[in-house]
Amino acid sequence: MLDTALNNKQPISTTSEWTFELIQEYDREIALLAKEFGLDTYPNQIEVISSEQMMDAYSSVGMPVGYNHWSFGKQFISVENNYQRGRMGLAYEIVINSNPCIAYLMEENTMTMQALVIAHACYGHNSFFKGNYLFRTWTDASSIIDYLLFAKNYIARCEERYGVDEVEALLDSCHALMNYGVDRYKRPYPISAHEEERRQKEREEYRQRQLNDLWRTIPKLGGGEEEATVQRFPDEPQENLLYFIEKNAPLLENWQRELIRIVRKMAQYFYPQRQTQVMNEGWATFWHYTLLNELHAKGKVTDGFMMEFLSSHTSVIYQPPYDSPYYNGINPYALGFSIFTDLRRICENPTDEDRAWFPDIAGSNWKETLQFAMRDFKDESFILQFLSPKVMRDMKLFCISDDDREKEIEVGAIHNEDGYRELRAKLAGQYNLGNREPNIQVYSVDTRGDRSITLHHTQHQRRPLGKDTLEVLKHLHRLWGFDVHLHSLNGDEITASYHCPEQGRDRSELEESMLVPKPI
Amino acid sequence: MSYIIDRRLNGKKKSTVNRQRFLRRYKAHIKKAVGEAMNSRSITDLGKGEKISIPTRDLNEPIFSNGRGGHMEQVLPGNKEFVTGDRIPRPGQGQGQGSGGSGASDSGEGMDEFAFQISQDEFLEFMFEGLELPNMVKRKLAGNDAFHVVRAGICNEGTPGRLNVVRSMRAANARRIALSGGKRRNLKLLEQELLAEEEKDPALRDQRKLDELRVKIEDLRARVGRIPFLDDFDLKYNLLVKQPRPSSKAVMFCLMDVSGSMNQATKDMAKRFFLLLYLFLQRSYEYTEIVFIRHHTSAKEVDEQEFFYSRETGGTIVSSALKMMRNIMRERYPASEWNIYGAQASDGDNWNDDSSTCHKILIDDIMPHVQYYSYVEITPRDHQALWDEYQSVADVFPEHFAMEQIIDVGDIYPVFRQLFTQKVAA
Repeated sequence: MLDTALNNKQPISTTSEWTFELIQEYDREIALLAKEFGLDTYPNQIEVISSEQMMDAYSSVGMPVGYNHWSFGKQFISVENNYQRGRMGLAYEIVINSNPCIAYLMEENTMTMQALVIAHACYGHNSFFKGNYLFRTWTDASSIIDYLLFAKNYIARCEERYGVDEVEALLDSCHALMNYGVDRYKRPYPISAHEEERRQKEREEYRQRQLNDLWRTIPKLGGGEEEATVQRFPDEPQENLLYFIEKNAPLLENWQRELIRIVRKMAQYFYPQRQTQVMNEGWATFWHYTLLNELHAKGKVTDGFMMEFLSSHTSVIYQPPYDSPYYNGINPYALGFSIFTDLRRICENPTDEDRAWFPDIAGSNWKETLQFAMRDFKDESFILQFLSPKVMRDMKLFCISDDDREKEIEVGAIHNEDGYRELRAKLAGQYNLGNREPNIQVYSVDTRGDRSITLHHTQHQRRPLGKDTLEVLKHLHRLWGFDVHLHSLNGDEITASYHCPEQGRDRSELEESMLVPKPI
Repeated sequence: MSYIIDRRLNGKKKSTVNRQRFLRRYKAHIKKAVGEAMNSRSITDLGKGEKISIPTRDLNEPIFSNGRGGHMEQVLPGNKEFVTGDRIPRPGQGQGQGSGGSGASDSGEGMDEFAFQISQDEFLEFMFEGLELPNMVKRKLAGNDAFHVVRAGICNEGTPGRLNVVRSMRAANARRIALSGGKRRNLKLLEQELLAEEEKDPALRDQRKLDELRVKIEDLRARVGRIPFLDDFDLKYNLLVKQPRPSSKAVMFCLMDVSGSMNQATKDMAKRFFLLLYLFLQRSYEYTEIVFIRHHTSAKEVDEQEFFYSRETGGTIVSSALKMMRNIMRERYPASEWNIYGAQASDGDNWNDDSSTCHKILIDDIMPHVQYYSYVEITPRDHQALWDEYQSVADVFPEHFAMEQIIDVGDIYPVFRQLFTQKVAA
């Protein structure tokens, strides 16, 4: 009885060669399963490309269109180099958060890998893009490609009018501050190319008017009284440096402000990705694993297929221990996959420990619970909420505390009853972008005096700024056009100050030596 | 429903622009590397690609980051022996213990190099950048096939077939307006006068004045009417000019002294020079041929292998090679079809009376036909008679004759660049 039932189920394919018909068939089967599991996705656009094209896609951060800049060329050259020497395999897939969701399949892949990529990208990542709150609120999947096109054309036009060098220098400076070009709390307006073009003119005029107000130098009558109540500008510290510069830098021309805006929009677009790496990869990995196992259970794929799939799956989720030469931080695939897999286990086969730790979800419907976990969290809160003691034990996580005032490194919480909670909080903190990047904000601008801008760096656990700081300040100086000061604060005490141009040196000599990029 | 699209046939080189931007930005580095490669390479791989290294610190894209220090807490996987409260000595500076998070390597020390390969084309591009083939346009052109005809505006003479009607009529109109201006002004005045006269009461009219005015008006009208509608002077023709089309074929004569005084090292240098020239010509012409002529007391046309590697001894008579070059040019490479380049390498030794013969052959028979003739003297010693004779050739043909001295291998590339440097149009 069983035997005949199995015999009736023909595998979709038996060799490793792929064809377009087979891809279509796999996609159909996987789509059916995904629907059964309740995955909600954008429509898929699967594109088969060659390895050269994959390298192209790679170096432009996966974007199908992008403006031209040397740093992408550098990226391309290093990818090409490594690939040609066999130092790295190319990613099997790249997927773009757009509607329809574009996924690239490489032609060199075997049928198994293509199926894996379809499950991973077209249903895993895709449903994450559609479901997760960060992506829902912060990026507009339907218009990103249009916007990229607008940006590319606009920048190309600027290059024609103002010269490649000018534009390149400006973009360099913007890229240096890219991570400080995002709004963390305010939801941006959806962007679309058409709208963008229409509004660009409007912005130009508006900006100029604003500026003129800010930099008005003619003193008002009766200034004596006002001096006493002179207001600090900006009223509140500003964390979006690029936005602040775009709106307030005194000397920039309109096209330059527009370029800053473009870089800012790109940063904003990638911001959710940077905050959901563990979840996103974990989610996609969990689903390719689940979907393909389900296919196998239904007899749609052969055992050989599963062997190939599992071998590549295990290498993706391998976590080298901290003392391995291959160790390069915690593998987001491994961590995310473990958490989601364990979440399912907690729902289906809860132990007493799980009931104590997760009373709400132990024994609940796993599909709904996973959907909930995927939708409403980002890495930090996701780990804080769902990292179970079992995963900590399995991964043998431990915490070290390295204080430069102590002689030795101390081992903090480890994977035991006393340490779980602390360990979990520490790991979550590690994924908080706010802790990873120095907290730097615009503190004040000397609008009445030398127009210098002052930034404050609020230290996180007394950590100082890195060695690139002065370099970045030079870029900031180029954008702002006047002196830039940066104070690093531990509590209320200034522990370090950086200035551009550097103080105590002869200015003219300094500018001659070209250490400082000329202000534009 | 998914759409499946085959994009493999789409453009592959999407990153080309970005790659070029990158090369452009690091031009200085690359040029330096190319220059060094030129001097250190073995002869057979001149013109292959090259590995370029750029110190990573020059490529760095700085961002704000956390430095070392302060209180750092880190969660690591793979615990084996630690329990809470263990104290571990700090690992030695710069060794082990990845700094975690961003996976940044421990302070690069500026030793890391970003290395990449540039292709042969790019290599040559950098190598020959700023160089120009002297006298690309053939000086002597025979037959119509070497011309092509382009429009070059308007002129006053031409065949009726090339008449430009619009421009001719415009010119005629302008001429008519210009020539009749004064007369028409007078005419208008007279007519007004006449009108004023006619409107007067019949009793007050001066009949004689009326007649007089009418005669004058009549006369002026006739004169305006006599201005020709179209004059020879007005005719404009489309101008077509013949532009000489640079012949796409080039032949390069390599002349080398192989007498006893030339040793292998000297020949090697000569060979490099010839190779550079060959690569350069190949980039500029669709089709390049090489003629190898070697000489001691008598000259011989040989193949490449023999040219560079067979040994000969004996005295030196340079004019024998020049004569042979002249003969071969006459027989096989008419200057009307071929761009002829001559390159001669020698150590400067020559039979005493022969140098003046060389001078004569060059001036009379060779220089008028070649695009460019370059002479390199590979010697650390003082110049001899040959150099002086050649110097006087250079005085006669300053545009087409160049000579330089090479002392060691390192000089070849700079000398080559010097010989072929783009001349700013005077």
